[in-house]
Amino acid sequence: MSAVPLLKVSDVSKFYGSRIGCRNVSFELYPGEVLAIVGESGSGKTTLLSCLSTRLMPTSGVVEYHMRDGQYRDLARMSEAERRFLMRTDWGFVHQNPADGLRMTVSAGANVGERLMAVGDRHYGNIRAAAGDWLRRVEIEEDRIDDQPRAFSGGMRQRLQIARNLVTSPRLVFMDEPTGGLDVSVQARLLDLVRGLVHDLGLAAVIVTHDLAVARLLSHRMMVMKDGAVIEQGLTDRVLDDPREPYTQLLVSSILQV
Amino acid sequence: MATPLVVSEVAKSFTMHLRDGVRLPVVANVSFSVRAGECVVLGGPSGVGKSSILKMLYGNYGVDEGQILVEHDGRLVNLATAEPRTVLEVRRATLGYVSQFLRVVPRVCALDIVAEPLQARGVTAGDARERAAELLSKLNLPKELWSLPPATFSGGEQQRVNIARGFITDHKILLLDEPTASLDAKNRAVVVEMIAAKKSAGTALIGIFHDEEVREAVADRIIDVSEFSPRRYAA
Repeated sequence: MSAVPLLKVSDVSKFYGSRIGCRNVSFELYPGEVLAIVGESGSGKTTLLSCLSTRLMPTSGVVEYHMRDGQYRDLARMSEAERRFLMRTDWGFVHQNPADGLRMTVSAGANVGERLMAVGDRHYGNIRAAAGDWLRRVEIEEDRIDDQPRAFSGGMRQRLQIARNLVTSPRLVFMDEPTGGLDVSVQARLLDLVRGLVHDLGLAAVIVTHDLAVARLLSHRMMVMKDGAVIEQGLTDRVLDDPREPYTQLLVSSILQV
Repeated sequence: MATPLVVSEVAKSFTMHLRDGVRLPVVANVSFSVRAGECVVLGGPSGVGKSSILKMLYGNYGVDEGQILVEHDGRLVNLATAEPRTVLEVRRATLGYVSQFLRVVPRVCALDIVAEPLQARGVTAGDARERAAELLSKLNLPKELWSLPPATFSGGEQQRVNIARGFITDHKILLLDEPTASLDAKNRAVVVEMIAAKKSAGTALIGIFHDEEVREAVADRIIDVSEFSPRRYAA
């Protein structure tokens, strides 16, 4: 069990004018830990994810990241170039819509290889081999390596986006509704894949989802958001099996049983 | 290490916010301890709070009051207040649980479900699967099923996968929630034998067994959970 957190979030709030995006969120995320942020649309979960991943600047509060050199850095005080380097190397971001995270008009292999080139890899053969290996790991046949993601199904595009994000061995991955919009059978395959990769690579992850079954399957810990605030948090199975807050009880009781 | 689990003055109630905030007290003043090599059975009629106690011991239900002290990695951890990652660490290394029902993961086959807790403790995939196969054969689960995800298995088959998963590690404390409920006599006997082996290995066991024959065979001590009825303390 690692003793120091990878991410330290203190009192983060984001206002859009006078409207609240999220308010006073604090938590720590340790290496290998998977945190699910759940709540209905408009509860602030995506705003929070954006604040954590530097896609938005918080109105107040601090997000600190434990760099590979052992130092904590305040993300807001980094230069734009440093943030972008972090995003490309040590972090991953899996979007709900794969088109937002992929380059749709370059080949699948290039989509994966591009991230490797960003960390300084220049050898074409090595890059192609690594891309092929990652396609296999996300269960895309290697003979599709030269096809564009435009020609892929939704599930394949999402798996390709995951490969693109994981190829640089990031330590932290953000995911925004990674299974949203997929058929259930495709969802199950993706969930199983993500679960295995997160476990094998010892990744820390923050996953935003409105699907409590996804949270149960993938996460260790859970935060429930409502009106921009975290109203309940704890061990995932504790929150789902013994919800305390009225809103959490409503969410859990609204799950459809199969 | 003689007493790996001590429960002291634990209370639990549910507040049902969807039903006008009605408060249902479940148990109060739960106090007992379990020694290494001992099997304690929680007894009493249905609805008295036996499963709730087991779930609190596992960190699955929150605790309103009291302490649940577990000897973990040479120190005492209070599960009633521990951080989620500490609870997970205790579950990985010290505290095992055989639930009544198997929660299946899509696409993961029975053998890997059983092997997983050993792999989480650093055993190689090959060795873990070998040990999983031994346990599944012991529990008479047909070999054809090992490579299938258990979603479509019968109740008894799923329960045997669950038992094998719970018994595969050498956790110091093992919680058993009716592990024999849907088993036939032959497999019940296997489980009784497996529990005896855990006891001689020094595991502390806490279980719920509705089957009287099994209970007689495994229990060193029976705790009547109706003793912890909140009504007794209401006044």
